[in-house]
This record gives sequence, C-alpha cells and structure tokens, in this order.
Amino acid sequence: MSAVTARPARPAVQTRRPPKRLLSTVLRYALLIGVLLFAVFPFLWTLAIALTDKTAGTSIYNFPASLFPKQVTLHNFGEVYRTFGLGRYVWNSLSITAMTVVGTLVVSALAAYPLARFRFPGRNLIFSVIVLTLVLPTETNFLANTLTLQKLHLLGTHLGVVIPTIAGAFGIFLMRQAFLSVPSALLEAARLDGAGELTILTRIMLPLTRPSLAALGIFTLVGTWNAYFWPMLVLSAAPDKVPLSVAVLKLKGQFNYDPFNIAAGSLIMMLPVLLVFLAAQRLFMRGLEGAVK
Amino acid sequence: MRFSWRDTLMSYAFLAPALLLLLAFTFYPLAYGTYLGFTEYTGARFAQGLGPKWIGLENFRTLLADPLFLTSLGNSVKYLLVVPALQLASLAVAVLVSRELPGIALFRAAYYVPVVTSISLAAVMWEWVYNREGTLNWALSALHLLPRGEAFGWLNNEATAFFAVMLVTFWRGFGYYMVLYLAGLQNIPAELEEAARLDGATPWQRFWRVTVPLMKPTILLCTLLSTIAALRVLEEVLVLTGGGPLNSTYTALMYVYAKAFQGFNFDYGLASAAGLVVALVALGLALVNFRLFHEAEGGDA
Repeated sequence: MSAVTARPARPAVQTRRPPKRLLSTVLRYALLIGVLLFAVFPFLWTLAIALTDKTAGTSIYNFPASLFPKQVTLHNFGEVYRTFGLGRYVWNSLSITAMTVVGTLVVSALAAYPLARFRFPGRNLIFSVIVLTLVLPTETNFLANTLTLQKLHLLGTHLGVVIPTIAGAFGIFLMRQAFLSVPSALLEAARLDGAGELTILTRIMLPLTRPSLAALGIFTLVGTWNAYFWPMLVLSAAPDKVPLSVAVLKLKGQFNYDPFNIAAGSLIMMLPVLLVFLAAQRLFMRGLEGAVK
Repeated sequence: MRFSWRDTLMSYAFLAPALLLLLAFTFYPLAYGTYLGFTEYTGARFAQGLGPKWIGLENFRTLLADPLFLTSLGNSVKYLLVVPALQLASLAVAVLVSRELPGIALFRAAYYVPVVTSISLAAVMWEWVYNREGTLNWALSALHLLPRGEAFGWLNNEATAFFAVMLVTFWRGFGYYMVLYLAGLQNIPAELEEAARLDGATPWQRFWRVTVPLMKPTILLCTLLSTIAALRVLEEVLVLTGGGPLNSTYTALMYVYAKAFQGFNFDYGLASAAGLVVALVALGLALVNFRLFHEAEGGDA
C-alpha cells in the first residue's frame, strides 16, 4: 500500500518544486523592488521635479503627472545656478572638503607611522587614548569648540570648519593597520641607504598603502561634503561662506521658493557624492566608514 | 630601557599634530563642557566679558524644573523606538540581499544611497513627501486609507511629526546596518542554513532560530551604535521640524543646541548641564544594552 502511494508522490514532488522555487524567486524580487522604491523614490521624484518644464504652469503635487514630466528641460539647473549664485556655494564646498581630506590624510598618516613602526615610551597609552575618543560622549563638544574657535578668530572661516574635524581615531587606526602590513625589510633597506624617516614615509609607506589612503580620502570626502550641522554652526555669521549642504536648506527657506529650482539645486549638490559612491561602491559595502561620521 | 632617543623624538614629532588637535578639540571641550555644566555662563555675562561663575548643582535643579527639558529628554528616550525597527529591518534586508541573484549588487548599492545622502537633501525631499499635498497623502488616499478632506501635513501634525522624523532616520540608516549585517551573514556556515532547510524549517523559522542567534555579536554592535545615535538625534529634528509642532519632536540635544545658540538669552551653563545629563543617560543605556545581551547569551548556553 505504502509503495503504491509513494510512487506517484515522487514525480509530484519533482513537478511541484520548480514552480515553488519560481514563486519564491518572484516573491524575493517583489520584496527587493518594494524596498528599492522606499530607498530611491524621493530621489526619483526630485529628479522628475528638477527636469519639469515649469513654464507650462504645473504643480509638483499634481499626481501622478508630476512624477512623469511630459516636457523635460535642463532649464531649472541653469536658473538656480544663476539666480541663487550657486557657484559660490559649490566653491565653498570644494574648499572645505579639499582642506578636510588633505588635512585628514596628512595628520592620520603622520600619527599612524610611529604607532605602527616605532618603539617609544608611551606608545600603548597614546594608542589607547586615541581609540578612547571613539566611545567618549563627544556629542555636545560643538558648544565648547565654537567658543575655542571664537578665541582663535576662526569662527566664520573655512579653516574653523576644517581644523577641529581632521584628527580622528578612524583615520589613524586605518592608516596604522595599513602601515603594519608593509614588510620591515623594505624599511631596513631604505634606512641602510641613508633615507630619513620622512622620506621613508612619503616614498615607501604612502605609495604602498595607496588603497587605504584612497578609502580614508573617499569616506572623508563624502562625510564632509554632506555635513550639515557643524559647518552651519561655525559659519552661521558668515552666510556667504556656507557649503552647498547648508545653502540648499537656505534655498528652501526663501520666500519666493521655487520647488523646481530647489530640486535642481539639491541634485547639483548630490551629484558629486553619487558619482564617488558609484565609483567606489565596493569600499562602502565593506561597512568601514561608520566611524568617520 | 631599550628605547632609542632618536626614535622617541621622531615619534612624538610625527604624532604632535594629531595629539594637539585631539587635545584641543576632543578632550578639552569635554572637560570644559563638564565644568561649564556647574557654572553660570549666560548671554549677559558673556556680553560683559565675564567668565563662567561656579554655582554647583544649580543648573541641574533648573533643568529638572524645566518642563521643556523633561519633554525633550522623554522624546529622546522615545526616539529609541527606532532602534528595534531599524535593526530588525536591516537584518531582514541583509538576509534578503545575501542570496546571489541576478542584479543583486544593484539593489544593495541602491539601498545604500540614502546613507550617503546629506541630511539637508533628505529634509528637502522628505518634506515634499510629507506635505499636505505630498506623495504620502496621495498614495494613502489612492488606497482609500485617508479621505481627501482629512489630508494633513505629516510634519505639522503633533501626532505624526515624531514618527515622520523617525522614518527619515530609518531611511538613512537601514542601508548602513544592512552592510554590517551582510558581513556578519557571510560568517554563518551555509551548511547550517541547509540543514535547517532539510529539517523542514520555514524561512520564518530559519530567520528566528538560525540567523538571529548566530548573528548576536553583530546585532549587539549595531544595536549599541544605533541606540547611541538615536539618543543623540539632533540634525533630523533641526532640519525637518525645528522641534515642533508643540515641541512634539523636541529632543535633548535640540535643547542643548537651542539653549546655547538660539534666541537672545543663551545659557552655555544650562546647555552644558543638559549635555551632561544626555551623556549619563547614554552611558546607562549602553550598560543596559550589554547586560540584556549578556543575559540572552547566558540563557542560550
């Protein structure tokens, strides 16, 4: 009896399985697309608004038409750039970001080299103190730091935004790990040839650890370009010096607020970061950069 | 000892910039901020060029008597609701994208884009979504969940603003934790998953009985990170609601910021004291977090 019932059951399982697997794949993709919509919908709508030809007198809330603009134009990008003087803010963002990236790389590499390669009294203590900064409650440091910047006459300057942010445990730690992996024989050979430590650092260590430098540079770049609170605070009395991230919100606060221009301005701000992210996706997918923020 | 003078000098010379900067902008503000919490340092004193004056615990008494501070502290604690939602969703999404299906890299990358989006840009975009005439209300009324006449702005409504702000935190966070969980998932042996499947476990059971227990260390780390971040929430509030409507989204760090930098009668002493309270609460929560996970670990063993 059991043999009789078992036999037809077998082919039944085989024919049932593929559709079941197909169903689960379809379900998986349905979920994937659902999450995708949640993640990127705001961008798509903003893009649609930015590309809309507003001379037709349309509203951004005219659904579903506003999601699929009929007449596409790049006019809004040019207009927001001209009327709002966006070039100035692009320059401010570039200046702050470039200084922060260079500063972070230099300070981190300099500090990481002895921590990785020299024996000196206090090394472990210093390393612990640097790692300690990761867990300290630094969230209200902005208060005392603005007072310090004021005393240094750096409040309202790009340097004032940059300097307090360039020394960080993440960068030092990342570079130290990279330096540890360089073979000692190379350093010994260079020392025998009479090379100074600074030469060894710039000619041997840095070229050999380029991937780590690039990673640190990219994380710092994205973090700095996007930063809102700190530059807003330091530059609150110097509205002409604010970066794009702060300017975009100012754009929104204006009376004659034109959503098409705001959308275009926002995308101008997003574009560089998006390109960097797409080019260096793998780096971000390793989940390293959290500590940078 | 065996330390060479040359190496020592060289090392400290190389370390000097980093150490000086950390001292000036990480350790000094921490110490000075703590000190300020016990002083009177108001706009009036500041304008006269006077320094802070020691007043002991007076600021803390003022804080405890200030309903706005209590509200803001309560809101910050309430903001922790985002943590379990964010962690469970991120882990689930990580499981979802862990299978190598065609095009999966594209999905992973797209989920990460909100993480590299500036909060100011997020504010611009989400305000349109949350607008009275925005996409959220349009979608809800299209699904007949919200009658047209009853549409409201999600950020202007006392009952919804808090959760609307929270959703933006969620949106900017899930891709980041997804990546951390994805790294953790790669350490789970495929045989375990396969064995559970052969034993007839449903995907739901496999998630709760295999994935979650094995991912405990990663979950602990991510929960800790997002608990601290949630308690420190400030930027989202600042750009989306400014603490309103009716202080329903006013968080503790918003209080610190507002006391120190908004209005004419700013008060660095009171702001610093409020910051100290936030730091203490964060420390307490971190300990609770460890304890909870430790107990859960012990219970399993």
